[in-house]
This record gives sequence, C-alpha cells and structure tokens, in this order.
Amino acid sequence: MSDTDKPQPDDKPDAATEAPRTPEVDATEDASAAADPDARSRSLLREIASGDALAGVLAVFLAVFVGSVMIAATNEGVRETATYITARPSDFFNALWEAISGAYSAMFRGAIFNYNLTEPAQQWRPLTETLKFAGPLIAGGLGVGIAFRAGMFNIGGRGQMLMAGGAAGWVGFELDLPTIIHLPLAILVGMVVGALWGGIAGLLKARTGAHEVIVTIMLNYVAYYLLFYALSRQFLLQAPGSANPKSLPMKETAILPKVLGDQFNLHLGFVLALVAVAFAWWLLSRSTLGYRIRAVGENPHAARASGINVGKTYTIVMLIAGSLLGLAGVNQVLGTVTSGVSLDLDASIGFDAITVALLGRSRPFGILAAGLLFGALKAGGFTMQTSENISVDLVLVVQSLIVLFLAAPPLVRAIFRLPAQEAK
Amino acid sequence: MRLVLRGITKRFGSVVANESISLTVEPGEIHCLLGENGAGKSTLMNVLYGLYKADEGEIELDGEVQHFTGPGDAMAAGIGMVHQHFMLIPVFTVAENVMLGNESTGFAGTLDLDASRERVTEISERFGFHVDPDALVEDLPVGVQQRVEIIKALSRDAELLVFDEPTAVLTPQETDELMEIMRQLKEAGKAIVFITHKLREVRAVADRITVIRLGKVVGEADPKASNVELASMMVGRPVELVVHKDAPTLGADALVVKDLRVVDLAGHKQVDGLSFTIRAGEVLAVAGVQGNGQTELTEALLGLQDDVSGSIVLDGIELVGRSTRKILDSGVGFIPEDRQVDGLVPQFTIAENLMLNRSFKSPFVKSGNLRIGALREFAEVKLKEYDVRARDIDSLAGNLSGGNQQKVVVARELSRDLRLLVAAQPTRGVDVGSIEFIHKQIVATRDSGIPVLVVSTELDEVVALADRIMVLYRGQVVGIVPADTPRETLGLMMTGERPKDLKDVVA
Repeated sequence: MSDTDKPQPDDKPDAATEAPRTPEVDATEDASAAADPDARSRSLLREIASGDALAGVLAVFLAVFVGSVMIAATNEGVRETATYITARPSDFFNALWEAISGAYSAMFRGAIFNYNLTEPAQQWRPLTETLKFAGPLIAGGLGVGIAFRAGMFNIGGRGQMLMAGGAAGWVGFELDLPTIIHLPLAILVGMVVGALWGGIAGLLKARTGAHEVIVTIMLNYVAYYLLFYALSRQFLLQAPGSANPKSLPMKETAILPKVLGDQFNLHLGFVLALVAVAFAWWLLSRSTLGYRIRAVGENPHAARASGINVGKTYTIVMLIAGSLLGLAGVNQVLGTVTSGVSLDLDASIGFDAITVALLGRSRPFGILAAGLLFGALKAGGFTMQTSENISVDLVLVVQSLIVLFLAAPPLVRAIFRLPAQEAK
Repeated sequence: MRLVLRGITKRFGSVVANESISLTVEPGEIHCLLGENGAGKSTLMNVLYGLYKADEGEIELDGEVQHFTGPGDAMAAGIGMVHQHFMLIPVFTVAENVMLGNESTGFAGTLDLDASRERVTEISERFGFHVDPDALVEDLPVGVQQRVEIIKALSRDAELLVFDEPTAVLTPQETDELMEIMRQLKEAGKAIVFITHKLREVRAVADRITVIRLGKVVGEADPKASNVELASMMVGRPVELVVHKDAPTLGADALVVKDLRVVDLAGHKQVDGLSFTIRAGEVLAVAGVQGNGQTELTEALLGLQDDVSGSIVLDGIELVGRSTRKILDSGVGFIPEDRQVDGLVPQFTIAENLMLNRSFKSPFVKSGNLRIGALREFAEVKLKEYDVRARDIDSLAGNLSGGNQQKVVVARELSRDLRLLVAAQPTRGVDVGSIEFIHKQIVATRDSGIPVLVVSTELDEVVALADRIMVLYRGQVVGIVPADTPRETLGLMMTGERPKDLKDVVA
C-alpha cells in the first residue's frame, strides 16, 4: 500500500495559494503500472482505502461504539457498580459487558436471527422484518442518491412519499378492480404522483434557477397540509363516519402480497425495491440518460457545452427521484401499513433516505447495503427496547452519529490513522 | 537575500515531483525556472513557500537553514510570492488588500488604514507603479492588479520574490511593463525567481536560467541561447517551434458571419456588429487582449449565448437560434478556452470524456444504452493516435496534465465529421511538446478543407497558425490583416488603434 497516497491534483485548493498543481503521473511510471497485472487490484485497494467506502464502514463502526458508551452510561447496573469500582472492579466490568452485549444481542435477535426460539421459521422471522423495513429505505435512498448524482440535493422525500402514498391509497380503497389490474394501477399512480411532485422542484430549478433544497423543503409542507386537508374531507380521503384524519383500509386486491407466506410480513415491496436497485444500476452505469445525468452532476458547464440540455436533465432526474420515493410511499401504504392512509405514512423514511444515500455513496449497490443496515437497526431497535429496556431513540442516535461521522471524513481518517486522500 | 536550495526531493506517493533539485539565487539577480507544465516548477516553489514539506533537502536563506511550516513562516523570512491567479479581494481597496493578513490595528482593534495607504504610496512611488491606494481592486486592469500583488509582497519586506507564470494574463504591453518592473526590483537588490515556459520572456530578463524537466534539473542555460536550444532542453528532444504549413487551398465561403451582436447577462454588449467570412480550408485567427469579446464570439457560434442577434451561416445553414446540440450535430467542432470548465468532466474517465458530445446517437449509443465496447475500442485507438500519456483509458481526466487533457479534447472534436472547427486558446497551459502536436492537428484539419477559427491571446500562436488575422477590440473588428503583418502593427491594433494605411484583406 505504498502508493495509497497518490497525488490528486486540485484535490484541496489551499486557502493561501492557488491549488498547487501536483505533477501528473509521468509516462514511464504509467507504462510499468500498465504492464503489472496487479495494478488493477491495487488501484481497487487504493480506492477502498482512500475512498469513501471504507470511511462509510468506519463511520458505522464509530457510531456503534459511541452508542455502546451511551448504553453503558444509561445502564443502572453499570452505574451502580461504578460507585465501588475501586473496591471490586470485576463487578463493574461484568455489568458493562452485560449491558452492551445484552443490547447488541437483543438487536441481533430482533434484526436477523432469534436463537432463543426453537422453530426455524420463527427464528428467521426477524430477518424478514429487516427486509420489510429495508424496502422503502432502499427505494427512497435511490431517489435521493440519483438526485445526488445529478448534483441535486433532494430533501423532498417526505412530500414525495406523502403525495404518492395518498394517491396510491385512494386507488387502493376506492376502486373495485381485480388484483391483476388494481395493484399495478395503485403502484403506478403512486409512482407517477411522486414523480410529478419531485418534478416540480426539477422544473423550477431548470426554468428559474430556484434552489432545489428550498423548493423541496417547502413542498414537504405543502404536501403535508394537502394530505391533511384531504384526510379531513369525507369526499376525498377521510373514512366515512370517522373524525380522524385517516382513510379506509386498503382493499385486498390492492395490497402487496406477502412473498414468504402469511406467517411473515415481508411483502412484495422489498422485491420492487430490488428491481429499483437493478434499474438504478442500469440507469447510472449503462444508459445514455444516466451518462448525461452524471455529466451534469459532475460538471454542468462541460455538459452544456457538449449539447446536453442541463435544465431538462434536472427535470428528468427529479421525476425519476420522485417516482422512487413514490415507490417508497407505495411500499408503506400498500404493504407495511395497510390499515389506511394517514399523515405519518412516511415514517420519517423521507429523511432517513438521505442518510441511506449518503452512506451508500449514491451508488445503487451501496444504497442497497445501507438500506439493509438501516432496516436492521429499525427492526432490532424494537427488540432492544422490549427485552433490554433500552430506548429505541438510541437507534436514532446511532443513525445520526453515522451521518455525523460521514460528514466529517477527516475526523474518521484521523481516528483510524488512514492515509490522507491528499498528498501533504 | 541569497537563496540556496539543496537537494530538494518531494514525492507524492510513488511519483517523484522534485528529485534532488539544487538551486542558488543571488541577490540582484533574476533567475528563471524554465520547464514544461508538470515539470515540477510549481511544486518546487510551493516547497519554498512552505506549502509542502520537502521529503529531503534543505532551504537556506543567507546561510541559515529554514524550517517552514507554512506560508506565514516563509513570508516572515522575506519570501514573497506573486501568484498567477491573484490572491486579492476584488471589493477591497488597494490599501485594504495590501494590509490583509498583516493588519496593524489601533485602539480597540480599529484598522490603521492610513499606515497601509502610506506604505502603498511609498512603494508605488519608489518603483514608479502609479497605483492609487484607494482604488477598488475590481476596477483596476489586470496588469495593475498584479502590481498590487507585488506591492503586497514588498510591503512585508520581501527580499526574494517569486513570480509564478506572471505573464499568462497580461497583454504584450503589460508584459513589457512587468519586465521593466522586474529589472527595477533587481536593481534594488531583490532576488527574483521567475517561473515561466515562454522562451521570449526568459531571454528578455533572465540573468541565469535553470531548466527543469520531469522533476529534475536538466542544466543551466545561457540567456543568449536560441529559442530552439532552450525548447529542446525543456522537452528533451528537438522541437519545431515554427508550424510548417503549405499555402492554403481555399474553397468556397464556408462560414459567413454578419453583423453579430452578443449581449451578456449583465446587459453589456460583448460582441458588437462583427462580420467576417472563413473559406473552406482556411484558418482565421482572432487576436486580441483577453476579454475583448472572443469568449462571447466562440460561445455564440456554439449556441451557448442567450442574447445573440445577426446571422451565422455555415454551409448555407443558419446557426443563430439553434440549440448547442443541433449546432454540434451539424458538424461544428469546439475546443473551449477553459478545458477544465467547458471541455472535460474531470471525474469522468478518458473514455467517458471522449463521448461527451455524442451521447445521443451512434456510434456510442444504441437505443438508450451505452455501447461500452465500442467506446472502449474507440478510446484505445484515440489514446495512441493522439499520444495521450495516461495509465489507460480508465484514468480520470482530472488527473492528467494540462497538455494531455487538451489532447483528449482535441481527439474528441477531431474524431467527428466536421464542417467547422472552433478552437479557443487551443494551447493555453499546455507544454511545448503538446503545443507542437496540437498545432499540427489544427493545420491538418485546415488542409482537409475544413474552415478553422482559432482564438488566441498568444500572438505567437496567432501568427503561426493564421492564414488571416482578425484583431478584436471591445467586441469590434479593428481589422482583418494578412498573417505576415508585423507584430508591432498587431500589438497596436490590439489596443484598438487602426493604422491609417491599413487595408483589410478579403478572403
């Protein structure tokens, strides 16, 4: 790993001077590297070591560590034994071990495999819960991630989910159709409405230069109150004879079917999320549209000078992003919570999706992995609370810490003494 | 102050940017560092200025070994740097800029602006700079802004001044003035390091010349050495400085521009009633000081400007009002003046950059999918054909040197079926070897019967490539003259004056 700290020209312009132009890799060095069959694997290693992937893993690791400290600090046994730590240190360390291992083994039991049960189906049930939670996170993460790749920050996940969920829900409880039409129609309507809601931000940016961050945040409020209005009007979404802002439950024909039989809650939404991952991969690395999206994201000036319509690309990207967050909304309304459309249908996935996209480095498979991790945290968090009495908020803290550590890669690098990305 | 660099070595990973470079600069001497882009000149100066720490070797000032940890130390030790891109705050006055980073304060932290003003006046008078301490920097011409940078360095009692490619942004007249200033500073006993790759300037002022190639000192050269000798030392092989080209074989009028006007976003008329014609197989070179409408002219040709009136007809097709994509598709090749901004996506690979303006149709696209195989094959061929020095086609364009980046752009544009080539500053920031190569490509394009518009602020390049020269001043044509027009006449025209006996040549 002697060459992990290859120069990256213009990586960090120094405040005091122009970006020092490090010399290019000279030709002789190149020739020898090209002849070396290991060159590619070395460059891959370098990317992992100095790229963000490792930083992501380490950020998770650090966050879990800080989470452990919090578990220990709030644990009664640990605090009690700490008062006589000098007299009997072993008590303290036992309590410490029990608190932390108890918490994480509870999380494991809740998220992956419950070894306390005997029947195999029941033992593996937590894993299916993780996948169920991961579905909308992955779809939403892709929606945020694709926008990132075009250089746009889509904070409007919540609004896009709410609008999509409301629309898909209306199709779900209002229409009477056979499953083969009803379910695809509800999914399609949800995704289209989500796309349009996202597209507004793209169109405004393209036409007027309005910043998408501000527009999407504001559209979140608009969507919330529109849905609130619709849910409190009987002729729109509100269930007849009800005073609550809630719609009728979904009809059987519009509900996403369970994929592993009725004993598991895992529904088709997760499969749809996997399809979305495949679609996003194709879009970003194989399609010409994705090529243009990346070009616009990395250098809109060059894209424009090369005949790419930057504004149109922004609009298309936000349409796609909105449809993916729409899929997340559909996932919730037609799969996870089928009892009817409500104002909290987004379950904060619209914002968690941002974290997922960041952790996944806006790469489809990275987002898949990050979505699975967050799904596991969600599923495991409940078990942690019920069996170890650790507040589910801790999971939120860990998630937030991941973002914090991700946002500060130099900090993580310093802690783990990784090679700096910039030659110094 | 006497500067001695002894065995400076600086590595970036496995790449050696400077290999045991030794250098002595005496007080009262102008020492030129000559070398291609990427030869390691700037790295060496950044080591001197405390921005990089040398892996080996030492810096000695007046016999004392220095250990700089940052530019602050270097400044305190009496080193001043005049950067290529000025480090000035446009909305501050000259005096405010000069005191920045070194503010003297009075009661309760109030700025002592008078002291700074006095200092500016004093230095300005001593060297005849004619700089008003209360002028806003943004209102000053580029040449004067550079003097502010020099004043800034001198106000901190710099004894050693480093000029990093200082003439890149100057007009020929301003360059001459800078040369004069450098001579004065030398008379005043300052030691001067002058970094450049322009041979003409080196020979004008240098007392000593050190040539650097691939991070090593190749040797010292005599200021009286010929251009060809100096260039071969820089590049390591004999270089042709003159572009060999035959008399043009002129075809029909290919590009006809009539009464072109371009208004920028701020409402200023940048191109004001331009009319010219380029015939097939001809190079029309546009000369002029930067910022006289050249950028807007090329962008208007490519459909990148919004407010354009007049007409641009290429082979009978009107281009004004067409989208950039349509213009590119109708066979206009474009080498933009700033490849980092408009020419390349630095985070894309070389292969990806080679299809940047062909992402809609064949040969690299098939029903919405990228034809990655075809693209890679194409890229491999072009990498060899255009002698792009890179690890492979998957190298990121941003990691290439300026010359190699430009070759990627040139390869992309010349690989299409062209009906017009627009080349803006085709060799700016490009090393001598690549300049030679790119010039040959442009001439070859002309010889294949394609009209070429070259825009350059380098008079050498204009003269070398042009069949006719069009001089622009404030968005208007001063005159269209033959390629063998004397430099003095061209220089004069670039200031907006049209010699009385001048006759325009019609193609």
